[in-house]
Amino acid sequence: MSVILTAILALLLLALVFGALLGFAAIRFKIDGNPIVDQIDGLLPQTQCGQCGHPGCRPYAEGIANGEEINKCPPGGEATIQALADLLDVEAPALDAEHGEEKPVQVAVIREAECIGCTKCIQACPVDAILGAAKHMHTVITSECTGCDLCVEPCPVDCIDLVAVDKGILGWHWNAPQSSLIATDKGVA
Amino acid sequence: MSEYLLILVSTILVNNFVLVQFLGLCPFMGVSNKLETAMGMSFATTFVLTLSSVCAYLVFTFILEPLDLAYLQTISFILVIAVVVQFTEMVVRKTSPLLYRVLGIFLPLITTNCAVLGVALLNIKKQNGFVESIMYGFGAAVGFALVLVLFSAMRERILVADVPKAFQGSAIGMITAGIMSLAFMGFTGLVSI
Repeated sequence: MSVILTAILALLLLALVFGALLGFAAIRFKIDGNPIVDQIDGLLPQTQCGQCGHPGCRPYAEGIANGEEINKCPPGGEATIQALADLLDVEAPALDAEHGEEKPVQVAVIREAECIGCTKCIQACPVDAILGAAKHMHTVITSECTGCDLCVEPCPVDCIDLVAVDKGILGWHWNAPQSSLIATDKGVA
Repeated sequence: MSEYLLILVSTILVNNFVLVQFLGLCPFMGVSNKLETAMGMSFATTFVLTLSSVCAYLVFTFILEPLDLAYLQTISFILVIAVVVQFTEMVVRKTSPLLYRVLGIFLPLITTNCAVLGVALLNIKKQNGFVESIMYGFGAAVGFALVLVLFSAMRERILVADVPKAFQGSAIGMITAGIMSLAFMGFTGLVSI
């Protein structure tokens, strides 16, 4: 009996020691991502429009962290460039016209009577703001839409319009909190 | 000193782990398609084999043997190997990103390789001492690396050769490995250890 007990205890102890070692190593040798990338990403407008030439805002943030120009983001416009310049402590350049012009905040709206339910805009949407199924009418969740206009081009019947959002006094709210998973949370919190 | 040299020659050529003892065959067939990956795998294997054979020896000598638990060697060696590899992976990743890029994915890959456990078990079976264990593990790894690199270079050439349809792909690889194994039989009797 004691033979078995010794065996179990020895193995248990060995496993415990190794477990503790790995646990310690996991904390001691933790790899932090580049913190500046997170900060830059927080300043970008998260439209995921790709106008900067990157597939999304996060890759562009990584690009900026590696020394790319900060004036390639038309949706963010001057405000974003200024904020990035403050963060990185550089001069704020003018928006690079090559990547597009700054437009007022806009959202996509589907003319639903004309929609044929092809799902092409759903595949194009970088933030999953379009709802619908094959051969059924699609619609845009306005609060999720970033107005990136990536859905306009693939639509075979051209039934998507980009409408400027009227930011009247009724539409005003406090600045959104810094980090949230999806755009809908920003208005609520 | 000559004894250690003999161990090296023995493990690299005479008792080559892949071609003579048939251990670690899956990476031998699996990652030998490109010379570059074969090199990465070779370095990772050298690293892991040497390290794990030492650690397994230490665990056996100072924990299992005094407690009369030699029959637990397989399970505890697997534990030791897994932990050692995991630990080194973390350390390498933190301290040397360059080395991590070279070894990277190969480190966890080699963990569950039978050659690694085989070396640890054979060390005990042959009653190797501390330095002998290191030499044995290192020699086994160098032998593995040598064969892997040779084999992958051959496979790269075979890829552009005009192979009959029935032999294309893995089939010709198996045949090549078999012929290599036959060739390595020529080393038998070079040293006896």
